[in-house]
Amino acid sequence: MTKIADAFGKEKNALMPYFTIGYPDYQTSINVIQACVDAGADLMELGMPFSDPLADGPTIQHSTQVALENGITVKDCLKAVAELRENGVKIPLILMGYINPVLAYGMEKFVTDAAQAGASGFIIPDMPPSEAKEMTEFCEKSGLDIIFLLPPNSSDERMRVVTELSRGFVYLVSVLGITGERDALPVALSAFVAKVRKLTQKPLAVGFGISTPEQAAAVGEVADGVIVGSALIKAVGQADDPVGAAREFVQNLKEALS
Amino acid sequence: MTNEKVLSPKFGDYGGQFVPETLVPALKELEAAYLHYRDDVEFQKEFSELMQNYVGRPTPLTYAARLTEDCGGAKIYLKREDLAHSGAHKINNALGQALLAKRMGKKRVIAETGAGQHGVASATVCALLGLDCVVYMGTVDMARQAPNVQRMKLLGAEVRGVESGSKTLKDAVNEAIRDWVTNVEDTYYLLGSALGPHPYPTMVRDFQKVIGQEAKEQILAAEGQLPDTVIACVGGGSNAIGIFHEFVDDEKVELIGVEAGGTGIESGQHAARFAAPDVGRPGVLHGCYTFVLQDEDGQIALTHSISAGLDYAAIGPEHSHLRELERAHYTYATDDEALEAFQTLSRLEGILPALESSHAIAEATKRAAEMPKDSILVVNLSGRGDKDLDTVLQVLGLEN
Repeated sequence: MTKIADAFGKEKNALMPYFTIGYPDYQTSINVIQACVDAGADLMELGMPFSDPLADGPTIQHSTQVALENGITVKDCLKAVAELRENGVKIPLILMGYINPVLAYGMEKFVTDAAQAGASGFIIPDMPPSEAKEMTEFCEKSGLDIIFLLPPNSSDERMRVVTELSRGFVYLVSVLGITGERDALPVALSAFVAKVRKLTQKPLAVGFGISTPEQAAAVGEVADGVIVGSALIKAVGQADDPVGAAREFVQNLKEALS
Repeated sequence: MTNEKVLSPKFGDYGGQFVPETLVPALKELEAAYLHYRDDVEFQKEFSELMQNYVGRPTPLTYAARLTEDCGGAKIYLKREDLAHSGAHKINNALGQALLAKRMGKKRVIAETGAGQHGVASATVCALLGLDCVVYMGTVDMARQAPNVQRMKLLGAEVRGVESGSKTLKDAVNEAIRDWVTNVEDTYYLLGSALGPHPYPTMVRDFQKVIGQEAKEQILAAEGQLPDTVIACVGGGSNAIGIFHEFVDDEKVELIGVEAGGTGIESGQHAARFAAPDVGRPGVLHGCYTFVLQDEDGQIALTHSISAGLDYAAIGPEHSHLRELERAHYTYATDDEALEAFQTLSRLEGILPALESSHAIAEATKRAAEMPKDSILVVNLSGRGDKDLDTVLQVLGLEN
């Protein structure tokens, strides 16, 4: 299994697609994720559904709502990770979800079980570093990475805190706001990345609002990794052949990044 | 801001700041501004002048003679927040925060609302202070609180219907937070109850504590002694914490919060976070760690109450703390009990209470009957019931 930080090591422009487990149904989501891996994804971010995803825009909200209607639980998400590993997936698999289902499952048990299933790390958008002490300790014990988000409005002090505490890589939020496609990338992105670069050696991946190969290529110029979520979900959701659509979507992004 | 003081972000284990990192700087800015202006003479002067001359404070403490006689026990007093401008206690907090927003140089205010009372209060103070106001409201709530939607529009606010999730208060908060994350640089989030991420629970309580301060002074003047019991309804819990706070150190004063029992706890259709241990457990919703109604997988439960203002899955973190300390006790009233209390108070005292406050009245009538005649009970009548006429008349079969 590849370590998260190493997934950025071998090539500069790592691609990390996001996909919601259980959308449009459990088996299709597994097949879609597998297709992303086969098409060259360097890491995968796997969404665990939550009833109140306050950091997400309409596209991801919709996908998680469908997943919940399909009865997807935290347990199912861990099962999905184990299944992907059994199928031979070697790239880092990062679970993204909100804190309450993790607390309901039991934080320590969640981390241990996720490690057991083969997860590589976690992204929990409503758990900033100041609230993540316990989670960080459990992660260290299990050898998993906890990744924190860093938005462009952060003070120098917050930038230092977040870059220091984030493991594996630092998730730079391209814009103020929630997930979802945007027409244009923010002009100040490269300055933001450059500023963070001075504070840390860790890989820097950029997410929120990146949807097209052109945008991915532009981000790849300055960052070490590109995260794409809503646009992939939309492509899959609209397609008659979700697996084929995912493969083509990821291939196009990979080409743009190489 | 040179103020180096900080507030504790937690009440015991409860509270905290479970928010996306994008909001961390905004909450820090808010805390600094609040701490600064809390002790600022000019700010406090403007606030208390408006509380007096615009809101109409102090609100009276009314002795409910006929209700007392009817119950046959404790003397019942009503703290008349229904007489505050715009019809509920919500204006106290809305005014305080809007003044703060203005001092912070924010031109745009966003708010969430369930019953519409906080939305109306926010629209009111924004009109007063010349601020742009956007109110998020679930479309289900818009349908059942239509008069308040019209009031907000007349006051110049933009009401944005929220179609996601259960289309009620919880989803309105989600949408307001999403707006704030996106427009954080020029927007002030005027949160309406004593919940959410730090420093909101503390700040909202502080803007509401005037209720208890006045009530204490008034009951001492009327009776020469403290009340035996203080009762308030609890949705998020701002009217309750507002009247409780001043009495917390008076250990002999019993503090009772009344949650929404809906159609009964066994039915699962309620919003009683403390009454159903299988579904009401500590967790995180909207930025704070507190008791939250949820399923076993941690998905937030859908709630039900006849009163939109109590129809919310989480309770303010300070209430979780007061309950753990056993300083305050919590019970619930069902929809039917609230409706009955609504009618009782209307007929015996000539006061139409909000359906939210009717829950507190229901508990008060039960308790008063069991208490000796020389004991004193103060109920926070947090709002007036005009907004609820459609609901009440429909349920009672009295329409047309």
